[in-house]
Parts: sequence; structure tokens; C-alpha cells
Amino acid sequence: MEHAIRAEGLVRRFGGTTALAGVDLEVRAGTVFGLLGPNGAGKTTTVRVLATLLRPDAGRASVGGFDVERDAHRVRQLIGLTGQYASVDEALTGTENLLLIGRLLGLSRAAARVRAAELLAGFHLADAAGRAAKTYSGGMRRRLDLAASLVGRPQVLFLDEPTTGLDPRSRNELWDIVRKLVADGVTVLLTTQYLEEADQLADEIAVVDHGRVIARGTPEELKARTGGQVLAVRPRDPADLPAVVTVAGAVAGTVPEVNQTTVTVPVNDPSVLPAVVRRLDAAGVHVAELALRSSSLDEVFLSLTGHRTEPTRTDQDVLEGTPA
Amino acid sequence: MTTLAVDRPLVPTRRVGPLTGLRHTLTLAWRSLVQIKHNPMELLDLSIQPVMFVLLFTYVFGGAISGSPGEYLTFALPGIIVQNAFFATMTTGFGLNTDLTKGVFDRLRSLPIARWAPLAGRILADTVKQAWSVTLLVGVGMILGFRLENGLPGLVGAFALLLAFSLAASWISVLVGVLVNEPEKVQIFGFTVIFPLTFTSNAFVPTGTMPGWLQAWVAVNPVTVLADALRGLLIGGPVAGPVLRSLIWGAVIAAIFAPLALRAFKRRV
Repeated sequence: MEHAIRAEGLVRRFGGTTALAGVDLEVRAGTVFGLLGPNGAGKTTTVRVLATLLRPDAGRASVGGFDVERDAHRVRQLIGLTGQYASVDEALTGTENLLLIGRLLGLSRAAARVRAAELLAGFHLADAAGRAAKTYSGGMRRRLDLAASLVGRPQVLFLDEPTTGLDPRSRNELWDIVRKLVADGVTVLLTTQYLEEADQLADEIAVVDHGRVIARGTPEELKARTGGQVLAVRPRDPADLPAVVTVAGAVAGTVPEVNQTTVTVPVNDPSVLPAVVRRLDAAGVHVAELALRSSSLDEVFLSLTGHRTEPTRTDQDVLEGTPA
Repeated sequence: MTTLAVDRPLVPTRRVGPLTGLRHTLTLAWRSLVQIKHNPMELLDLSIQPVMFVLLFTYVFGGAISGSPGEYLTFALPGIIVQNAFFATMTTGFGLNTDLTKGVFDRLRSLPIARWAPLAGRILADTVKQAWSVTLLVGVGMILGFRLENGLPGLVGAFALLLAFSLAASWISVLVGVLVNEPEKVQIFGFTVIFPLTFTSNAFVPTGTMPGWLQAWVAVNPVTVLADALRGLLIGGPVAGPVLRSLIWGAVIAAIFAPLALRAFKRRV
């Protein structure tokens, strides 16, 4: 089995809205696949179809070689699911949550206990094992969610926005866990609106927007698609920003972006750098920072979709910060 | 961290057998009951509220309605048990809706367990809770002087009838729990529908002084029918008629609401 996950032409409508407009995916076993896109792009719907929670209106999908509709019960024996919606029981303790799942998966009481203790220790939750999950911090809660999805030692793991709303430290911890799982041979399908996250973890990325995959490839391939590099200039005095925009625009031949106190513009030819320096000097602009770097996935997304992902990120953070 | 995942050895099975499904149901019922440990409010709901009702009704209304608290208790305890049972069915919808809105249900559905186990487990747990409340009500009633005229067989019969009826009525609760978008709305439904339903009956007062149109409704109200059946079983009086009518009501409610609830359930999940 070379492909752990395969989807062909998945379509799913909710009333008048089309959440999935024909999604194709192929995920090789033992790799991390990143599904990247803004809110409402269809990421969660895709995961729900692949995890047998939702039937597609058209198209088909298989996980571990089993059809998600006809062989749903077999698929469920192979997968683990963690997401904004597939949650632990807040009224139970960490141990009880994992015991519940262990018992449901057919482990004996003793085996379920061992497995729960092992996972809680592995996720640094041993001290909180006897506390109700509703008392956990956001990061602890995510770790317990992830532990719950690993009780059955899944071959394929779905992580739906695993780090949304987490502080950087908790996020890094979670990333480390995912890397270890992959080293153990698990196939991971991860959805995220954080371009950095996909860049950090994924072997392959599919960019989704409006229910369609609009680009796919390795992070490097996607970055290369925007033509390579980005020029970033930060003047010492923010009053010089308009002058910098004029210079950068003239050299690069496109309209630059202003991000707080930094002006960025994609460039195809690295040799523009001396020209930029000369012109800025001539304009009397004192430069605090001048850099030429590979374009980030942010810029990839912008060039592919015509809109940024950043604003939705802060919206989501606010939503996630206040538990419903 | 070396054994966190992978190497599940088994060849996946095609479907769940009924016995395995039953085991899933028991595990999930255990889960609902363990929740009580961490939520003392629920224990309060299950224990103190019924007892409080018995005490308040007996000593506040008793003298005025029946001449003495003792006589009133004999009349009203079966009615209080029925009222409590109706309210208790709402916990099924409340818990179901909590699971649906918080995402616990999706987690359960992603596991290789019987499709019907999450619902069955919840209903089973709620039946246990129901039995606990009834035991408590009868116990407190007996301490206050309630006498079981038909002895143990009457008590067992009353228990069985009540649980059977509750099982049927919990489909209403399941339907509401699936349709509304937050658990609090299940409670609101409970108060706006069940409260008047239980009061427009002969559960708490003799119906002689009610206006004629109300008496007509009271006579067919399932609360009245069930209260009469419990009276017959616990303290004597006609049994066959009220029990039969209770069972018919239960069957009618189940026949209407079980399909509706299951359809709504399948649509939602």
C-alpha cells in the first residue's frame, strides 16, 4: 500500500453552499500531508469525509486501502482523529478519557490502564491525570486530545488545526510530537491555516480554497512557484515609507506591500539589490534593514489565491481563546 | 515515546457484532455515570430535588388539599414520581446535545464501535439515574409514612412500568437534543412543556375543582394516566385499566418520536 489516503473528486454540499467542489488527494504512507487554506476553504469537511464522519455527495476516498463509505468500520480501525470538533469529554479526567477509548477499542481493563498511563506520561500529563479535562490549559487539552486519538495506535492520523489558538511553546511541543509519530511510521494528514506550520511539518502540501485544491507540491516547490525571492526594506524613519515604496516598486516592476514598517516586493532577479541601495541612498532614506529572502508560503498563498490568510488567523485565535 | 503509535497487528473486521455492541453500550453508560462524580450539580439534581419536592408538597400543600400531610403524601407521591420521571427524561437530550455540540460525539463516531452504542449507552445510564431517583422518592416517602399497600410486587410493577414509559418518552428528549443547537435549550424545552404538562394532571391535586375543559384534558393526559397506574400498583385501586392506558401512551409516543428522533439524528451526525 503506497498511498495511505486517496481521494478522487470529493464533492460535498451543505444546503446552498458547496464545501467541497471536487477534491483530489494522494498521501503516501509514512509522510505528513498538509492541507493548507483559510477558514471555510473546505479543510475540515475533507477531514470529516476521510474520517468517515460525513458522506460525500460525489467522488470517493479510501484510507489504508479501504473505501470510507463501503468499509467505514475498517477505516475506523486504522485512523485517529484530533480536531476542533472531535473532542475529549470535559467532565472526565485525563485517565478516564483514555480508559474510555481503550475499553471501546476492546482493550482489557488492565491493558487500557497501562495504555492510558503510558500516553499520559508520554504527553507530560501524568500530574494532571486525575483532574477533570475542563480544568486543563489549552495546550494540555490539545495534548490529551492527541493522546486520545493515539490509544488505538492508528496508522493514519488526522489532525484538524492541531495548534490553532496555542501559544508558541505548546505549539512547538505539539510539532515535536507529530515528528516523533511520523518517525514511528504514522501517516499524518494535517490541516492548518498557518503557513509556517505546513512548512515546518509537511512533506507535501495541498493548498485549498473554496473547496478546491488550487496547488500542490513540496514546500520548496510551492515557494519556487512565486518566482523565487522577496525584497524587504525597513526604513529607520517610518516617514520614509512612501519613498521606499516608490523605489522598491520601480526596481521590481510590481506594486510592493507595506507591512507595518517594512516594505516587501517579490523580485525575480537578485541583481536588483545594488540598484535598490543606490536609489535609496539618492533619495536620502536611512535603512534599518534590507534583505533578500526566499518567499514564504504566505506570499505563495497570496499569489495563488489573490488574498492573504493572516486576518483569519487572528479571528480564529479569538474564537479559540474563549471555550464554547 | 517509542510506542505511541503504529503496529496495530489486527486485520480490520468488517462490522461490529451485537455482543460487542452491547459491551460498547455498557462502557459508554459507565462514562455517563462517572461524569456525575465530577459534576456534583448533577447529583444534586438527581437526589436533592426529588426529595425537596416531596417535603415541600407534603408539608406545604398537604393540609390544605387533603386535610393532613400524611393523607396528601399517599395521594401525591405517585404523582411526584411521575413528574420526576418526565423531567428526568430530559437529561438524555441534554447530555446528547452536550456531546454533539462539544464534539465528543464525533470522536465516538470516528471509533470502530457500534453505531447505536453512543445513544444506547446514554439511555441506559439515564435509566439507571431514573431508577436511583425513584428509589430515593419511595424511600423518603416511606420514612414520612407512605405505605406500600401492595407490597413488593406492586413496587416492582410500578418500577417496571415507569422505566418502560421513560424509555418511550426519552425519544422526545432525543429529538429535542438533536434539533437544538445548545444544551440550555433542552432545559428550556423541559420547563416550558413538561412543567405545564405535569401540572395539568391529577398528579398533585384532585381534579374536581378544575374547569370542565381542563378536566377533559386532565383525563387523557399521560401524566394522569401514569399517576393513576402507579397509585393502583403502590397503594391499591384499579390497576389493569390505567396500566394498559399508560402502555398505550408509551407506545404511541415511541411510535411517533422514535422515527422522528432517529431521522433527525442521522441527519445531524
